[in-house]
Formats: sequence, C-alpha cells, structure tokens
Amino acid sequence: MDGTSHAAGQAPEDGAGGRGGPVTPVSGAGGRRSFDGDGVFRALVTGSGIAVLALLGGIILVMVTGGMKAFATFGPGFLVSSVWNPVTQHYGALAPVFGTVVTSALGLLMAVPLAFGASFWLTQMAPARLSAVVGMAVQLLAAVPSIIFGMWGFFVIVPLMARYVQPTARHWFGHVPGLGALVQGAPFGTGLMTGGVILAVMVTPFITAVMCDVFASIPAVLKESAFGLGATRWEVMRNVILPWSRKAVVGSVVLGMGRAMGETMAVTFVIGNANRIGWSLFAPGNTIASLIALEFPESPSGSLKLSSLMALGTILMALSFLALAASRLMLGFSGRREGKR
Amino acid sequence: MSAERDVSGVTGRSDGWKPHGALAMRRRFMDRLATGLSLAATCVALLALCSILLTLLVRGLSGLSLVTFIHSTASPGMNGGLANAIAGSVIQTAVAILIGAPLGMLCGIYLSDYGRGWMASTTRFVSDMLLSAPSILIGLFIYQLIVVPTGHFSGFAGAVALAILALPIVVRTTEDMLGLVPTALREAGIGLGASKWRVIVFICLRAARTGVLTGILLAVARVAGETAPLLFTSLGNMDWSVSLAQPMASLPVTIYQYAGSAYDDWVQLAWTGALLVTLGVLAINILVRVGFGRKGA
Repeated sequence: MDGTSHAAGQAPEDGAGGRGGPVTPVSGAGGRRSFDGDGVFRALVTGSGIAVLALLGGIILVMVTGGMKAFATFGPGFLVSSVWNPVTQHYGALAPVFGTVVTSALGLLMAVPLAFGASFWLTQMAPARLSAVVGMAVQLLAAVPSIIFGMWGFFVIVPLMARYVQPTARHWFGHVPGLGALVQGAPFGTGLMTGGVILAVMVTPFITAVMCDVFASIPAVLKESAFGLGATRWEVMRNVILPWSRKAVVGSVVLGMGRAMGETMAVTFVIGNANRIGWSLFAPGNTIASLIALEFPESPSGSLKLSSLMALGTILMALSFLALAASRLMLGFSGRREGKR
Repeated sequence: MSAERDVSGVTGRSDGWKPHGALAMRRRFMDRLATGLSLAATCVALLALCSILLTLLVRGLSGLSLVTFIHSTASPGMNGGLANAIAGSVIQTAVAILIGAPLGMLCGIYLSDYGRGWMASTTRFVSDMLLSAPSILIGLFIYQLIVVPTGHFSGFAGAVALAILALPIVVRTTEDMLGLVPTALREAGIGLGASKWRVIVFICLRAARTGVLTGILLAVARVAGETAPLLFTSLGNMDWSVSLAQPMASLPVTIYQYAGSAYDDWVQLAWTGALLVTLGVLAINILVRVGFGRKGA
C-alpha cells in the first residue's frame, strides 16, 4: 500500500511536466484484494491511447492507398507535372504544390513580424490588465472559423487588393527588372498574394500564442539582470530573450507553417483557382487544399481523378505532418511546459 | 544591429555615458521604434478582428429574422431560412462531441496517469499532431472509410469526422488538467483504500471538471465552424432532415455553397449564417476564457 500511494503521488508532477512517461506501477501488484475494475479501466484507457495512435496510422494508410492509383499511373512524374486536365485524364501535382508553398511562405513572411511584434508588446510592454484583454482578443481571432475568413477575404480584402494594392504595386515595381514579373497581371484582387494575406491574418494568432508562452516563460532573473545593467526593453528582447528562446521561436513559426499549408476554405475563396505556375504573385493560382475542395464534387469514387486528389492529399499530409512534427520537437521543452502551472 | 554592439561598450567607454549623447539617443530611438512597431503589429491583429466582426454585423444582421430560424433553405426567391442548416450543425456537433469527448478524456487519463515510456510519448506526440492536422485530410479519410463503403454521404460520417477533430483538444486539456490536481488529493483517496480508477474518476476528474469542461467547450467551438471535412462527408442537404443516415445540412457548408452564388438572397443567407456561426463560436470562447478564468488549449 505504501508503494501504491507513493507512486500515485508522482503522477501529477510527471503529468504536469508534460514529458516522459508518468510512472504509476499501481495494479502491477497483482495480489490486490479483490476485483475492483482496475484492470478493466487500465485496459480501457490504454485502448483509447492505442486508438489515437491507430487513428494516425489509419489516416496515413487510407491516404496512401487512396492515392495509389494515381501514383501507379503517373509514377514520379506526378510530382513534377503541372498539368491538371480532366479531359485527357492527366493529372500532376506541381502547380498546387507550388501554390501551397508560395502562399504559405507569403503568409509567414507577413505573419512572423506581426506575431513577433504582438507577442513582444503583450508580454514585455503592455500593462497586465490591458495585455490580458488584448491577448484574449487576439486569441478570439484564432477561434474565428476558416470559412468566415474566406468570406471576409472575398468581400473585403479582394476589393482592397484589386483597387489599391495591385495598381500601386504595379505602378512602383512594374518596371523594375526582376520585381516587375512578380506584380504582373490584371488586378482581379484574387491570387497568390491575397491568399498569403488571408493566411497571415489566420496564423498570426497561433504564432502569437506560442511566442507569448515562450517569452513569458523566460526566468525573470535574466531579464532583471539586463534591465539592471541599463538595457532598454528592445535590447533585453534582442540580446536576452530572443537568444534564450530561439529554438522555440523557430518552432512556433514552423507550427504556423503547418497550419498555413493545410488551410482550405479561406484560401479557396481568394486564391482565384487556376492551375498555373508563374512569377506573378497577383495572378490566380491554387493550393493543394483548395484544389481538393474544389474538384472533389466532380470526382466520382474510384476514378483516377479522385485518386489524384487523394495523392495530392498524401503530399499535403507529408508536408504538414513534417512541419508539425518538427515544430513539436523544437518546442519540446520550453513551449509545452509553460502555461500549466 | 550596431546598437547591440555599442551596448556592451557602454560601461567601457572612457568618456562616460551621456544622457544626450549619440549612443544614448540611438538606443532610445531603437527602443521607441521597436515599441511603436510592436504596438502597430498588435493593432493590425486587432484591426483584422474588428473588421471581420463589423463586416459580419453590417451584412449579416439585416438578414436576421424569425424566418431564418423556422424556414429551411429554399430555391432563390422562395424566402428560405437556415433552419435545416442550424439543426444539422447542432446535431453533428453534438454527436461528434458524444463520440470524441469520452474517447479524448480516456486518452487524457491514459497520458496523465497510466502511460509510460515510448508508447505514452508517442501517443502524446501523435495527439498534438492531430491537433493541427489539416481538417481537409480528416474529411478525405472519413470519405474513404465511411462514405465509400456505405455508398452515400451521411450526417453520421460528418459527425465522425468532426469527432476526430474534437478528440485531440479534449486529450490535451484532460491531461493538462489532471496534471494540476494536487498530489495530496490522490494520496488521500488511495489512503482511504480506493482503487486507482475510482481515485481518478471520482476524485481527480471531479476536481478537474472545470478544466475538462473547458476543453470540451473549446472542442465544440472548433468543430462547429469546420467546413472542409463536412464537404466530403455530410455533403449538405437542401431540405429539412435530421436523420444521421442521410446527407445533412450544416451552417458552414451552407455558407460555402451560398456565398459564391449569384442570387442576392442566398448571399444574404450566407452572411446571416456566418454571423450566427461566428457569434456562437466567439461566445463559447469568451465564456470559456472569462467565465472559467483559464487560458484553454
């Protein structure tokens, strides 16, 4: 009995630590008095843990087998072909993969400075009460469903892009060698850049939340020492907090990337949905997720087209799972522990 | 960039530090600049939220009436409402939570009290990955798993897809909240001779119920606004239908179908639906964060 209570006593600490297996060798003592459901309960919770593992395994299995037909038909050429032609039954993944990478990159390019600034302000500068309110508002932005971002983007951001941003960009950069190609195209308002803007708005709160956790978890002594030496807030940020939390900050950005790549509805509304690869950021394009959402209704079960969509899904799964796994590993310590106590 | 180098030289300077010297001015300027820019970044995020809410209120509120709640979607010009979509969303979300929450709680218990070694850390890792996995993949998964074998789209398939999305949220909060239960409470239970599962279920879970409920509510909020997985599973339904075996309408899918349509009254319905979904989701989030005073997942 002693051993039992002792072991149970460790569980909360381990659980709170969030890493490593909590150790509770309780009903290992086989000779407990009578049957009280411990074994059943243990089997039940272990089973649900296995179910979660099996779920991921199942997703991977189903996606890969679903895409098998396309992979078998097109071979490695599926990855490098930019054709998407339902008439000739020829499908390739390059254009949507290109769109996914470009929009995510554009989105992150805008989201990272925003998220960094917001978390800097929220954790280091804002008065506590204001920080709580504003921080909650930023988190509410993360809770807004993605389809709402899509509608908002389509009816608010797209006209803005068409009327102001694109003409201005063409006016200033249109004749600059190199940059000119990036801003070519008719000012429709939709396109890769608009997709990037929407993604930036959507992932900023995610990255901000993780960065806030990371920045808030730095030992106060470190900051106080720097302030004591006369450093300004920016110098503390730049020379103390950032070096201390570099890895976790990168992890938060990669997490944002994982989110951005899989985003479907919002992007579908504003990307323009054209299967093309080109230099212009203002031209319409597509992403893996938007292509799947859009083409799925016209893809009967068992067709080569559906299999191609599943194959695209497999690529998306590989990309986003890699990003999420990487961010999880990078956030590992500092990111997860914070916010629990 | 260069300011940083100068800082370390501050104390070493032989001419000493002058409050109005070039170095001090530059450092102060950099600090002000960083302050201003980060405030601006925060404002941009807030501006986006305000713009979304304002747009929804302006466009959605005008279409809100009793008809919205008692009529089902109808052909353009037929004075349709959103009753079937609202009912579908509520049913699918409820079934999803009924499936996902118990499983998630059990898995959370496993992670906090039973799991050990590589198996537990892998489960935690996988659950965290599912938390951010693209929802469209879950839709495709359920499509292949349930819709193709049964031969038709169904509200049940939609609910299962949503359950998978709700699961990792509940897992995470349950594990976190059980970890916060004081050790003494467990020891007291064990000391009284209660078996481990009774201690967990009747003492720890009860102590952590607010936190676990928070997780479940956040899962509701997350799941209620999902569109992508439902496109492939419950499909949507123009008519009133509450049968889980049939294709089922839902607010997000209806919004998606109507927002891009050419009919003014359909677009209006989409805005009204968007307003309803957003208000519901944000209300749950505010309730959770303010009411329970927790940060949530």
